[in-house]
Amino acid sequence: MRDKIQIGYGQGFWGDSILGPIRLVDEGPLDYLALDYLAEVTMSIMQKLKSRNPDAGYATDFVRMLDRTMEQIADKGVRVIANAGGVNPDACLNAVLELARKKGVKGLKVGIVEGDDILARVPELLAAGHDMKNMDDGRPLTEVQDTLLSANAYIGAFSVAECLAKGAQIVICGRVTDPALVGGPMVHEFGWQPTDYDKLAASTVAGHIGECGAQCTGGNYTRWRDVDDFVRIGYPVIEATPDGTFTVTKHEGTGGLLTRDTVVSQLLYEMGDPNNYLGPDCAADFTSAKIEEVGPSRVQISGVKGGPPTDTYKVSLSYQSGYKATGQLTIAGPDAIEKAKLCADIVWGRLAFDGCAFAEDEKMVEFVGAGVTHAGILESNDPPEVVLRMGVKCADKARVNRFGSELVPLVTSGPPGVTGFAGGRPKATDIVGYWPALLDKDQVKTRVRVEES
Amino acid sequence: MAKVKLKEFAMARSGDKGDGSNVGVFVTNAADYEVIKRELTVDRVKQHFHDICFGEVVRYEAPNMLALNFLLRDSLGGGGSESLKTDAQGKVHGLGLLEIEIER
Repeated sequence: MRDKIQIGYGQGFWGDSILGPIRLVDEGPLDYLALDYLAEVTMSIMQKLKSRNPDAGYATDFVRMLDRTMEQIADKGVRVIANAGGVNPDACLNAVLELARKKGVKGLKVGIVEGDDILARVPELLAAGHDMKNMDDGRPLTEVQDTLLSANAYIGAFSVAECLAKGAQIVICGRVTDPALVGGPMVHEFGWQPTDYDKLAASTVAGHIGECGAQCTGGNYTRWRDVDDFVRIGYPVIEATPDGTFTVTKHEGTGGLLTRDTVVSQLLYEMGDPNNYLGPDCAADFTSAKIEEVGPSRVQISGVKGGPPTDTYKVSLSYQSGYKATGQLTIAGPDAIEKAKLCADIVWGRLAFDGCAFAEDEKMVEFVGAGVTHAGILESNDPPEVVLRMGVKCADKARVNRFGSELVPLVTSGPPGVTGFAGGRPKATDIVGYWPALLDKDQVKTRVRVEES
Repeated sequence: MAKVKLKEFAMARSGDKGDGSNVGVFVTNAADYEVIKRELTVDRVKQHFHDICFGEVVRYEAPNMLALNFLLRDSLGGGGSESLKTDAQGKVHGLGLLEIEIER
């Protein structure tokens, strides 16, 4: 057993910078590279892509990243774990193998973890009494069953570890939890068992710190003036040890800032009850973690306690929930806010005049620059200009598009000072509703498969 | 004691949780932790976000991080994917909390 492994976390979401993983592989020692490509609604986008093209439905950014790093990854022996498989891990596997063949990289073992995608089984599960009611408001799933777009269970670290044990250098998963991307290597390397709750809880804390990439190394940090060289911001490297103690660090010479405060900032991100952070492998107590600076750009976490997981997986479902459109114009002063309010009234009035009135809960108006993000806290009464941002949402796509056509005419038929109409008419886009639920663990069976280039 | 803005001595981070947000706020010494535990009551925070949070406010303590974590229910205008608001994920609610004035 190794006494230490180094796991980099180079991607926080679909759309994060490609420079994270490229630099982690290039700029310092690394055993594992963990990459998160999925957000809650990403799966629904991928299902749509797959329904149009059976070879689509995974994070193509991942393949683009490998196109720039594969030789180096193969040479250095870095093992990559990514949830880039989306709703089509098999197609992602084929794309990666194809890339390896094209590049002449021989003997690269690529594995996939499958079984999280339960969309096709929803009717059968409902019939068997697994009601998957909405965790937030208790509504029955049957309410949205006809418009479901995706349904995936959050898989834990042991499936990732199983794929590593079969020799995969690149592990492609669908909907595994973000922490499992770093928990998998720890379980694999250190031989942790499903009842090692404290250690699994430590891996959960480590994964939570890393899961947004540079957000623990100075990104989005309150005291941003203290952050050095945002351009070459360092991405986190977790140095894990067999007893669960780990150190968060970043490669030498990289920018950003890594202190106890930047790590605590990220520990609090998207936190619910810090005493009871539920995951598929354990319940972690984030308040038990001892967090210490043990050197420059080195923060050690020890003493994490955990308990047994529940007997259910969290399942993330998404469904079509109507249409929306937003658009914006800039309103120059003097009297920018007063004129922006008039403009909004004109748009709603003209739509009503044409028989297309929207209800209060379908409409949105913001005066960006006058105190939108800090409404009721920080507001400005007379800015030199404001951005008038308006939007609607409803079930009728035609009505949403009708709204979109009534914004730009303000330039010539409203008060003076209306400009900034770039981008044309706002178009209706799908609203994807998010439906969190629970499902008995024995209903989900994961499978791993490894192929070689 | 004097009135000060929380941003003078505390840091924060926020993000989305269903149709609400979480706001984590922390300080760097035990004395200030007592201050924020005393001053940042659920009622004070709810009042501060009166134009943003339309649901319940829940508070958790994490003494190892000298932190408080608040859940602001119904504060995103319909949840991350359905909201039309600019800050549909509550990304800047943390900075909003730091503008609160408290006794220190």
